Amino acid sequence: MPVARTLPVARCLLPVSCFLFLLVLPGTSFAEVIALVNGTVHTIEGPRLERATVVIDGERIVSVGTGAPPAGARVIDVAGKVVTPGFVETQGSLGLVEISLEDSSVDARPSGGEAADAIRAAFLAADGLNPRSTLIPIGRRGGVTSAVSAPDGGLVAGRSAWIDLDGDTPDRLVARSPLALHVDLGDGGIAAGGGARSTAFGRLREAFDDARLYAKNKGAYDRRAFRETPLSRLDLEALGDALAGRIPVVIRTARASDVLRVLDLARELRLRLILAGAEEGWMVADRIAAAQVPVIVHPLENLPGSFSSLGTRYDNAARLAAAGVRVVLSTGADDGHGVRNLRQEAGNAVTHGMPLELALRSVTLEPARTFGMDRDYGSLAAGKVANVVVWSGDPFEISTRVERVFVRGRETSLVTRQTQLRDRYRRLPAPPAP
Amino acid sequence: MRRILLLALCAACGGPRGGAEEPEATREEEIPLPPLPWVTPTSPAADHVVESPSVMLRGATVMTASGDILENGSVLFEDGRIVAVGQGIPVPEGCEVVDASGRWITPGLIDTHSHVGVYPSPGAAAHADGNEATSPTTPQVDASDSFWPQDPAIPRLLAAGVTTIQVLPGSANLIGGRGFTVHLVPQRSAEEMHFPGAPDGMKMACGENPKRVYGERHSAPSTRMGNVAGYRAAFQGAAEYRIAWRTWQEQWRGWRRKRIAFERARDAGTADAGEQESRYGVAVDAGPTKAPAPEDPGPEPPPPGRDFGKDALVGVMEGTVLVQNHCYRADEMLRMIELGREFGFRIRSFHHAVEAYKIRDVLAREEVAVSTWSDWWGFKLEAYDSVLENLALLAEAGARGVLHSDSPMYVQRFNQEAAKAMFDGRAAGIDIPENTALRWITANPAWVLGIHERTGTLEPGKVADVVVWSGSPWSVYTRVDQTWIDGRLAYDRAHPERTPRTDFEVGLGVDP
Repeated sequence: MPVARTLPVARCLLPVSCFLFLLVLPGTSFAEVIALVNGTVHTIEGPRLERATVVIDGERIVSVGTGAPPAGARVIDVAGKVVTPGFVETQGSLGLVEISLEDSSVDARPSGGEAADAIRAAFLAADGLNPRSTLIPIGRRGGVTSAVSAPDGGLVAGRSAWIDLDGDTPDRLVARSPLALHVDLGDGGIAAGGGARSTAFGRLREAFDDARLYAKNKGAYDRRAFRETPLSRLDLEALGDALAGRIPVVIRTARASDVLRVLDLARELRLRLILAGAEEGWMVADRIAAAQVPVIVHPLENLPGSFSSLGTRYDNAARLAAAGVRVVLSTGADDGHGVRNLRQEAGNAVTHGMPLELALRSVTLEPARTFGMDRDYGSLAAGKVANVVVWSGDPFEISTRVERVFVRGRETSLVTRQTQLRDRYRRLPAPPAP
Repeated sequence: MRRILLLALCAACGGPRGGAEEPEATREEEIPLPPLPWVTPTSPAADHVVESPSVMLRGATVMTASGDILENGSVLFEDGRIVAVGQGIPVPEGCEVVDASGRWITPGLIDTHSHVGVYPSPGAAAHADGNEATSPTTPQVDASDSFWPQDPAIPRLLAAGVTTIQVLPGSANLIGGRGFTVHLVPQRSAEEMHFPGAPDGMKMACGENPKRVYGERHSAPSTRMGNVAGYRAAFQGAAEYRIAWRTWQEQWRGWRRKRIAFERARDAGTADAGEQESRYGVAVDAGPTKAPAPEDPGPEPPPPGRDFGKDALVGVMEGTVLVQNHCYRADEMLRMIELGREFGFRIRSFHHAVEAYKIRDVLAREEVAVSTWSDWWGFKLEAYDSVLENLALLAEAGARGVLHSDSPMYVQRFNQEAAKAMFDGRAAGIDIPENTALRWITANPAWVLGIHERTGTLEPGKVADVVVWSGSPWSVYTRVDQTWIDGRLAYDRAHPERTPRTDFEVGLGVDP
C-alpha cells in the first residue's frame, strides 16, 4: 500500500537541463516553486489567513503564512481571491465510467447485472481507472482535486482508489490503492444479497467468517482442505485486509435501524467503518457519534426515495454534525459526471443548517481523515500535497468561478472536452472536422 | 370519460355551427357538420374564478420576468389575479400588507418536464405509472390518468417556489401519450389540479430510449431508422383517420340534406317538422321544404370508429396538442423538425436537447423551444456533447430556452440551476441579464405549456402565482420564504406546521 507517491523533486537550475528533462520525460512538468500571494487562505486546520502566502515546491506545500515569497519563486498575485485545499469527492466511480449506459466504457462493476457474483471483494478500481477520462478535467474545473473512485453494485462491490485529478498515466492518477472496501446494505445491496436484510447481513457475516478462517489456514486452502466457500482466493484476501484493519470499509445504508445494525456488525467484526448515505442517520445521530464513525452524506436529498429512506431530510448533515458526528459531504454515488457540483452540495448543506467553516472542512480535511489520507491531503500546511484551488470568491457561491487549480503542485489546465465543444460551436456553422 | 361526456354535451347543443337556432335550414351551408372527436380540450375552462383576499407584498426587489427589476417594489393581487405591480402602489382598503423588505419576489416557477405523480416517491414498483411500455406508440394514454395527487414531492415543490409543472409520460415509447399541466394546489384528484385552460402535451421520444426498450425485446424499433419509421406510421394513420372523419362529415351532411328533403316532401303541408335528434348527436331543425319530392336516402352513414390515440395525434397536427419531444442529438432534432413538416405539425419544445447549441440558429428560426438542464450529461452517449453554455448560447441566438428538471430533486433548486447556467454563460463572454435567466424558469416554460397569457410573469391580469425569496434567487444560500398560488399562501417557511402534508407521509414516524 504505497502512501501518496512522491516523485523525485526535479529542480531545474539550468535552462538546458530543463530542456533535456522535458525531452526525456514528455508530459511531465518540471517542478517549480510557486508562491500564491495576497489571497484569503482557508488553511482548514488553522485559522483563516488574510493576505497570506502559500508556497508550493514541487509536489508539496512548503509553507503557508504571511511572510514574503521566497526568492526565485513564480509569484502569482491572488489578491481578492480565496484559496482552499482542493475539494475531495468520496463517492462515485470517477475515472471508471465514461458513459453510464455504454458497457464498453464502464469499469465500475462486472457486466451481467444480477447474474454477477454479489460479493466481489477482489474487484480493484485501480485496474480500470482511465486517466484520460473526460470526466477528470470536468470535475477539476469544479475545484475537485481528489476523489475516492469506487466500484459499485452487488453486496460487496470491491475496492476503491484515491485518485488525484491530473495525470496521463494510471500511476500519476492513483495515490493509493486499494483504499477501502465498499459494501452496500442499502436497497440495491440487499437485493443482491438475497432480497432480505437477513440474507444480506448473513452472506456478509459468512464471507468475513470465511476470510478470517482463510487468513489462519492458507495452507489448508492451497491443499484444497478448506471448507466450501463461494468466494475466490482474491476475495478472501481482500476481505482479510478489511478484517485486519489494513483498509477501512465503507458501508452504504439508509434506514435508521440498518445504521444501528451496521454499527453492531462493524464492532463485532472490528471493521474500520465509514457509513455512506445514512439518509435516516439523523434519527440515530447520538449512536453514530458515540461509535465515532464518520458519515458520508449527500446533502441534496429530501424525498422518501424508498421505504428504506422515508426520513430523508435536507438537514441530515447539519443534524449529524450538531450531534458530534464527523460528516463528509458528497455529490452522491453516481458515475462521476457530477462531481463538479460538490461545492453546490456543500453550499446547500450550509443553507440547511451546517456552519460554513464546518462544511468547508467536510469537503477537504474530513474526507482525507476518513480515508486515512490526512497526512498528505485535506488542508493547506507545510508538507502536504499541493492540491490547491484559487476561487474568485466564496467557494460555495454559484457566482464564484474556479480560477486556478493546482494538482500535486502543477497548475492544471481548465480546458475540458466541454469547453472545446463550446469553442468549436462559438460561431455557426461549425467548421468541418479536421 | 371526461372527453366522451364533453363530446356528448357539444353534440346536444347543436354542433359547431349552432344550426338548430336558425329558422331557415334550407340552404346547404346551414346544415351543420357533425362534431369531430378530437376538438375537445381536456383541461377545465380558463375562465374559472378563484376567490382570494386582497394582498400586497411590499418593499421587495421585484423581478417581473417581463423585463423589469424593481427596487422597493410591490405586488398586489386579489381573487387569484395580479392587480398591480410597481413602486408606490396605493394600498386598497381591506388589503392585507405583507412586509417583504429585503426579500426578492419572482413569478412562481414552472417546470416543463416532470414525472411527479406518475413516478412518485417512494419509487416503488407499484408506483411505476409513467411508461406504458407495452407498445412503442401509445398516444391514447394520458398522464393525468396515472397521476397520484399524494406524491410527497408536491409539498416539497411548493416549498421550492414551484407552482406549475407539466407531468409527462416517460420516454420508453416513440409516442408516449398525453402530458398535462398541473397547478400545484394540493387536491384529491388530477382533474382538480389540472391548470385551467392549459392545452395538452404529447410526449414523443427520439434516440436511445425507445430503441433500447424495444430492441432488447427484439421488436421494433431497435434502431434510429426504426424510430422514425414508427413516428411516420403513427402520423400516417392519424392523417388517414382525419380524412376518414372529414369524409364522413361530408357524407353525413349530404345524407342529412337528402333526408330533410325527403321528410319535407313526405310531410308536405306541415309547417314545422320539429326538431330531430340524430343518432350521432346532431340536432337539426328540419324546417319547411320547397324541394320536389326526393327519394329516401336510406340509413344514416355511421361514423368511423373512434380512436383516442389518433384523436390525440390529429390534435398534434391541428396544433391543439403541443409536442414535447425528448431528443438529445442535433441531427435527430433536425430530423424531427423535417418530420413535423412532412405531417403538418410543429414541435413546441425539444426536451433534454443537450446538443441544441449546435443548431441554435435553426431552433430560433423555427421557433422551437429548448427545455434542458444546466449541466447533466454523460449518462448515455446521446448526452455526451453537453456544454455548460447551452442555454446561454440559445439565448444569444434568440432561441427560447427553458430550464427543465425531469427530477423531483433538481426542480427544487431551479433558481440555483438557472444561476449556474447564467454565470457559466457570462464567464464564457455571453451577456445573460438576470431577466433572461429568470425567464428560463418562468415565462419561457409558460410558453412551452401554452399558458403564457395566464402565467409566467408578474403582470396585471395574470394568475397570482408569486414567490418570496429570502435573498437573491441566484445565491446558493437563498431560500423560499413564501409561495402564493392563485393569490393564496400555499407555503410559508415561518409556519412549517401549515405546510401541506400528503396522506402518504402521515404516521410514518420519521418526523424530528
